[in-house]
Amino acid sequence: MKKWNMIIDVAKCHDCNNCFLACKDEHVENEWPPYAAAQPWHGHRWINIMRKERGQYPLVDVSYRPTPCMHCDDAPCIKAAKEDAIYKRDHGIVIIDPEKARGQEALVDSCPYGAIWWNTEKAIPQKCTFCAHLLEDGWDKPRCAQACPTGALRMIHAEETDMQAICEAEKLEVLQPELNTKPRVYYKNLYRYAKCFIAGSVALQDKDECAEGAQVTLTKGPQNSGKVTMTNNYGDFKIDDLEENSGRYTLRIEYAGYETGTVEVDLTTSRNAGVIFLQPARS
Amino acid sequence: MHNIEKLTNGTTGGPVFVYVQDGRIIRVTPMELDSTDAASWTIDARGKKFSPPRKTSLAPYSFAWKSMVYSPKRNLYPMKRVDFDPQGMRNCSKRGISGYERISWDEAADIVTGEVKRIKREYGPGAILSTAGSHHLWGNVGYRHSAYFRFANLMGFTYADHNPDSWEGWHWGGMHHWGFSHRLGIPEQYDLLEDALKHTEMIVFWSSDPEATHGIYAAFESTSRRQWLKELGVKMVFIDPFFNHTAGMYADKWFAPRPEAGNAMACAIAFVWMTEDLYDKEYIAERTTGFDTWKEYILGKQDGVPKSPEWAEKECNIPAREIRVLAREWASKKTMLAAGGLGGWGGACRAASGNEWARLMISLAAMQGMGKPGSNIWSTTQGAPSDTSFMFPGYAEGGISGDVDNSAAGFRWVYRMFSFDRPTRSNINAPMGQHIPRLKIPDCILDGQYEWRGKGFCGPSIEAQFHKYKYPADGYPEIQMYWRYGGSFIGTMCETNRYVKAYQTDRLPFVVSQSIWLEGEAKFADIILPACTNFERWDISEFANCSGYIPDTYIQCSHRVISLQKKCIEPLGESKSDYDIFTFLSKRLGLYDAYTAGGMTDLDWVKRYFQATDLPKYISWEDFFKKGYYVVPVPADYKPTPALRWFAEGRPRDTPDWGPHPESQEELGKGLQTTSGKIEFVSSSLRKFDPADEERPLMPTYMPSWEGHHTTGLYEKYPLHLISPHPRFSFHTMGDAKDSWINDVKDHRVLKEDGYYYWIIRINANDAASRGIKEHDLVRAFNDRGEVILAAQVTERVPPGTVHSYESSADYDPVGKPGASADRAGCVNLLTPSRYITKNSAGMAPNSCLVQVEKYQGMAL
Repeated sequence: MKKWNMIIDVAKCHDCNNCFLACKDEHVENEWPPYAAAQPWHGHRWINIMRKERGQYPLVDVSYRPTPCMHCDDAPCIKAAKEDAIYKRDHGIVIIDPEKARGQEALVDSCPYGAIWWNTEKAIPQKCTFCAHLLEDGWDKPRCAQACPTGALRMIHAEETDMQAICEAEKLEVLQPELNTKPRVYYKNLYRYAKCFIAGSVALQDKDECAEGAQVTLTKGPQNSGKVTMTNNYGDFKIDDLEENSGRYTLRIEYAGYETGTVEVDLTTSRNAGVIFLQPARS
Repeated sequence: MHNIEKLTNGTTGGPVFVYVQDGRIIRVTPMELDSTDAASWTIDARGKKFSPPRKTSLAPYSFAWKSMVYSPKRNLYPMKRVDFDPQGMRNCSKRGISGYERISWDEAADIVTGEVKRIKREYGPGAILSTAGSHHLWGNVGYRHSAYFRFANLMGFTYADHNPDSWEGWHWGGMHHWGFSHRLGIPEQYDLLEDALKHTEMIVFWSSDPEATHGIYAAFESTSRRQWLKELGVKMVFIDPFFNHTAGMYADKWFAPRPEAGNAMACAIAFVWMTEDLYDKEYIAERTTGFDTWKEYILGKQDGVPKSPEWAEKECNIPAREIRVLAREWASKKTMLAAGGLGGWGGACRAASGNEWARLMISLAAMQGMGKPGSNIWSTTQGAPSDTSFMFPGYAEGGISGDVDNSAAGFRWVYRMFSFDRPTRSNINAPMGQHIPRLKIPDCILDGQYEWRGKGFCGPSIEAQFHKYKYPADGYPEIQMYWRYGGSFIGTMCETNRYVKAYQTDRLPFVVSQSIWLEGEAKFADIILPACTNFERWDISEFANCSGYIPDTYIQCSHRVISLQKKCIEPLGESKSDYDIFTFLSKRLGLYDAYTAGGMTDLDWVKRYFQATDLPKYISWEDFFKKGYYVVPVPADYKPTPALRWFAEGRPRDTPDWGPHPESQEELGKGLQTTSGKIEFVSSSLRKFDPADEERPLMPTYMPSWEGHHTTGLYEKYPLHLISPHPRFSFHTMGDAKDSWINDVKDHRVLKEDGYYYWIIRINANDAASRGIKEHDLVRAFNDRGEVILAAQVTERVPPGTVHSYESSADYDPVGKPGASADRAGCVNLLTPSRYITKNSAGMAPNSCLVQVEKYQGMAL
């Protein structure tokens, strides 16, 4: 049978917060039994937009990772809940029963994604429902996806095999796959948030011109399985999708007629290596 | 989900469906268009077809409307300051300090109209000062140009004229080089979307962040278009001291010049083009005048200083080699210059260097043949295909006031709306009457005199801004009463402790505030009249159609959506719509019949308004009332007329633009509004006015800011340059504070341990580290003008030496004596200068502001 999935494209999110605010509009002061009790006026982030700035001035980028409930097929919260207070509906959506879950504050910590929020006043754990009350009433997407102006949030109602095909075709990832929770929320371009880059600018010392088309090779250790890129017309380069805290790298910069430049980088987080001035080759 | 009604309404951030259950709003959504609505347009470009989403988009603050309607800060009853007695002690100095007590509408009306009558009797109507914030709640009947002007014109008042706060440099600078006075100095933008999709290879966004500022009122209508341009491989370069949100999404390259020194970069780009022969010489020869004189300036033949990239690097911190690359790339590609957010505007125009920036932008675009395919000034927000012949006015066309002097009613609307009834106008708020510039309200009240040039938005002609005014005008009284409409100025004007001081003087005997929320300036009133929101009254409007000085504004939208703003719920508490407040008060002033045209309700006006537009040609009132909105079709045989193409090709104008006025043109429709009809590098209007004005020379130049890194003495004391652009998540003060959900947006305010939501200042990691400031620490930003307590966001999105904090805090919350202590609500405009851009340019320059930032150590005892 068809089930609900969400695809979040990190490269398309610019933190407009329409999803977050539409969620509040739908759930604050509105009771949607049996799916959800009303969300408190302030404090909860049923879709939590995480910000990541990378690099240093002037070579920076910024990305955002909206984080709703993952609606896991093997959800830790369901296992942790007493009295079957959390359950999965046939269409894939995980629901916290607001009545049965009363008082179960431990459920907040059962979610490895931090997606469950404690409602102090009502003494219940709460989270994103994918707006199940709307989907079951004929809507084709929850409020957050309807509100999204960039197409960063995409709702897919599909057979499991079709969803698998989309995952492969679009190279989708899930958060913390090692936990094997089988999330129904998939991410595209997640490296923009989860990985880091080494960037820099290359210039010709003698002419004070930007070095366009310089070849930049990034190597790690003696294996020399380098990543290669070319500088653009501003002499800028960026090698992305590297692991944070992944140790020492060497940048080798080659440009015809100039001495090869090398820069050592100990990579902790995204790094602007600055301006690398190349010296004219000694004839 | 039973008994839920789905109604329609409109907001400053887009039209909406409003779901109402049991008299309560439960949901506010954008509009999904259905199959019976007009078809969407398709543009064919570079082998692809582009068509917009079949829905309207909505700005973030519009999603938070429910929290604003049901805000605990709503004014629900008329209120009187506890120690205010109109018959006895007024205790003006207690404004902003003392609390309020609930009174009845009758008591409130008796006090307010009693004071109006007393003041008119003793001083004359010119002693009543009134003004509104820039942006009222959406709706053409309820808007400030409409219900408010209709009442104020009948009562009589001195209006505090609004400076063109979003236009400034284009208005006081740019206009002198290409006219467009009817657009306050910014250009037409018709059909530039198709032009860009077909031809443009690069876009230079200069002080432009459309993903954050939405053009104006247009939500995210242009977002998909920037995605299309990116898909087509159009390169996007950003020049902004802040790595803004549009840059975050699309930037191929970001330049962050030192604030107010970006003009050096502009001069250097022209220098490269001149010295490397990279400009459109035919266009310069045929479509412009004065280029050779300006060329001499740029090359340094006048002052001995060539404006070379090396010279610019010292001013703006951008490497000379990168300026050269940008200049060469720009000249080699068909480039749109997105100067400012709407095609014009931008934070750079609200600065001491704003005049120079705007006219440098025009100069650069002219050198690249602006108007030719793919090359123009275009911010990516306007220029969608649209039927501009379909007549539905914007709010600036005056609604039910019919005021031909202070709205655009005279262009086409008043004759249709008032065929059988009287429009209103004011003899005080007219060129021969009395005026006060909004930015100088405190000076006028406190000092009792002021002189300046230019009445508000000077749109009628290029020369209008030269006209000299003084307060009090000859024979007119000084202000005795201030009827404030909304409460935004402490957050939005400049050096705003002045406004607090003006409220606390005995020179201002009476203050009434007509406000929805108890915030900002509203807390300084003697009497508060509780107004309601647009969800609690009837109205009619179109998505992003303000019109007036932005004719055909709706060409920002993917579809022209006109909506009936249904009264969704009853007004909360005893609050009333502005129209009903004025109706109620008008009875005591003998104005009831005149104001209500014999007893018309707001819904009666809405229906009359509908009848006066082109809507009845296509849809009956009954059908419109039932469906709640109408989508204006784009004709099947739509013929684009790209902005300024006619000018570039030397043809008569073929765009639907409203101006310029025929009197200003040698032959109507031929050429621009300037004396020569061409783009003038050396301005003939400035030459006729004052050729010796050193603050605004005849041609664009690089001029160091009067508050910037060359300001010796000040810069050493306050080494950080604060830029304060229009905010992203609130629309000016709309949406901010008042316990709205916008407060929960992480990048808007920060909730600290004390339960308070602090406004954010963005500071470079190096500047933060040297001050011991960490992420979300409370800091004090201060200078000689004031002090604001803010939450730090430590970032690489501003370079060292620049700090960024949006303007427009809705609230003002001094920790000590109002007007003389730090504000923790986040009014960074306490810090900005109230000095005019130049002595003859009566515009604001909030982005010329030096501050120091320190970790906040708590309140000094």
